[in-house]
Amino acid sequence: MAEVTLSSFIVLGVALFMLLNSAAIAVYAERRVAAFIQNRMGPNRVGPAGLLQPIADVLKLLLKEDVTPTEGNKFIHAVAPMIPVITALMTVAVIPFGEGLYATNINASVLYLLAVASLGVYGVTLAGWASNSKYSLLGGLRAAAQMISYELPLGMAVASVVIFVGSLRVVDIAAYQETWWFFFLNPLGAIIFIIAAFAESNRTPFDLVEAEQELVGGFHTEYSSMKFGMFFLAEYMHVVINSMLMTTFFFGAYHLPFAGYWLPELSPLVKGILDVSVFTIKTGFFMFLFIWVRWTIPRFKYNQVMKLGWSRLLPLSIANFIVIAAILFFIVN
Amino acid sequence: MFEQYLPIFVLLGVAFVLALAFMALSRFLGPYRPNTVKLKPYESGMDPVGQAKDRYSIAFYLVAMEFIVFDLEVVFLYPWAVRFLDMGTGTFVAMTVFIVILFIGLIYTLKKGTLDWDMKNFKYEALKK
Repeated sequence: MAEVTLSSFIVLGVALFMLLNSAAIAVYAERRVAAFIQNRMGPNRVGPAGLLQPIADVLKLLLKEDVTPTEGNKFIHAVAPMIPVITALMTVAVIPFGEGLYATNINASVLYLLAVASLGVYGVTLAGWASNSKYSLLGGLRAAAQMISYELPLGMAVASVVIFVGSLRVVDIAAYQETWWFFFLNPLGAIIFIIAAFAESNRTPFDLVEAEQELVGGFHTEYSSMKFGMFFLAEYMHVVINSMLMTTFFFGAYHLPFAGYWLPELSPLVKGILDVSVFTIKTGFFMFLFIWVRWTIPRFKYNQVMKLGWSRLLPLSIANFIVIAAILFFIVN
Repeated sequence: MFEQYLPIFVLLGVAFVLALAFMALSRFLGPYRPNTVKLKPYESGMDPVGQAKDRYSIAFYLVAMEFIVFDLEVVFLYPWAVRFLDMGTGTFVAMTVFIVILFIGLIYTLKKGTLDWDMKNFKYEALKK
C-alpha cells in the first residue's frame, strides 16, 4: 500500500492552493466569458485586463457589514456558509493529478468523494432554514429536493464506471483509462454524470435554488459580507471540483486519448509535467463548459427539473448500469 | 492502515480554519451598525407577514422518502459492482432481480404521480374549503 509521506502533504498543499486560486480565476473567467458571449467588455479596469478583479471583489466583501437577521437561528446562520466551503475543499485529498501524484489512496475513495459531495446540501438547506425568510426557506427546500434527486443518477453513473475497474480507488479508475477513456466505453454514463453534476452544483439550467426572478436571492437572500462570499466561493469551487470529477471518472484523468497505445516511455519528471498539464487543460475545458452553458441555456421550471431527474435520468442510469453489467458478465464468462 | 486517512484529517483541519478565518476577518474588518429595520427578514420592502417556518408542500417529503429507497439501492450496488465478476452466475441473477424489482417500484411511483410536480392535477377547490 502507498505510504503517506512528505510528498503526499506537498501534493495536498499545492492542490489546495490551486483549488482556491482556480475558484478565483473561475469568477473572473465567468464574467469575461459572459461579457464575450453577450458582446460587451466585462471587468477590465482592475489590473491588466481586469485580472485583479477577484481580489478587489474579496476585499469589498470583507469590508461590508455582516448582517444577521434577528429572527433566525444565529448559530446555524453562521455555521451554514462554512459547510459548502469545507466539503468542497475536502474532495481534493483523493483526486490523482498525475501518475502517483495524489495526497492519499484510501480503499473506498469513490465512496468518500460521493459522501463529501453530498454533505454540501446541508449548507444550502440550513442557510435557507436559519434565515427565517420565506425566499430563503423556499430556496433551501428546492436545493434539498433537487440535490438529493440528482445524487441518484450521479451515483449510478459512477457505479457504471466502478463495474469496469473492480476497485473503489479513484487512483485505479484513473490508471485504467490509459488506453480507453470511459467516455468511449460508457458514453451514456458520461452524459448522465455531466447533467447530474450541473444539477449538483446548482448551475444553470438547474439554478432553481437562487432563481432571482422568483426567489430574490434564494437561500442566500439574508446573507451579506463574507458569509455571502463563502457561498459564492463554494459555488465556484464546486464548479472546479465537478470539472475535476468529470475529467477523472470519464475523460481519462491525466491520460491523453489512447495514450497507452502510442505514448512512449518518458522520464518521471517529463511524465509528471505532462500529466498535470493534461489534467489541468481538461479541467479548464469543463470549467469553460459550465460557464458556456450558463450564458447560453435558460433555466428550467422546477417541475421540469424534477421530472428530468426522476423519470428520465434515474431509469436511464439504472438501465445503463444493468446493461453494462450484463455485457461485461457475458464477455468474461 | 489508518495512517492513510491522515491527509484527510489534516485537510479537514485546514479547511475548517480557513472557513473560520474568512468569517472572523469579515467580522473584524467590516462595520457593525445594526438597527431593527435592517435586521428584519427581507420581504420585498414590506413588513414580514408571519413566520417563514410555515407548512410546505408534501412533495418535498415524498422526494426525500423516495431518495432513501434508491440511495440504499445505489449503496448496495457498489460492493457488488466491485466483485461481481468473480462471484458467478448466482449473485448476478440475484442482483438483476433486485434491481428489476426496484425498477418496477420506480415505474409504479412515477405512474402513481408521487413525484408529479406538474400543477395540472392540482385541485384549487380543496384550498378554498
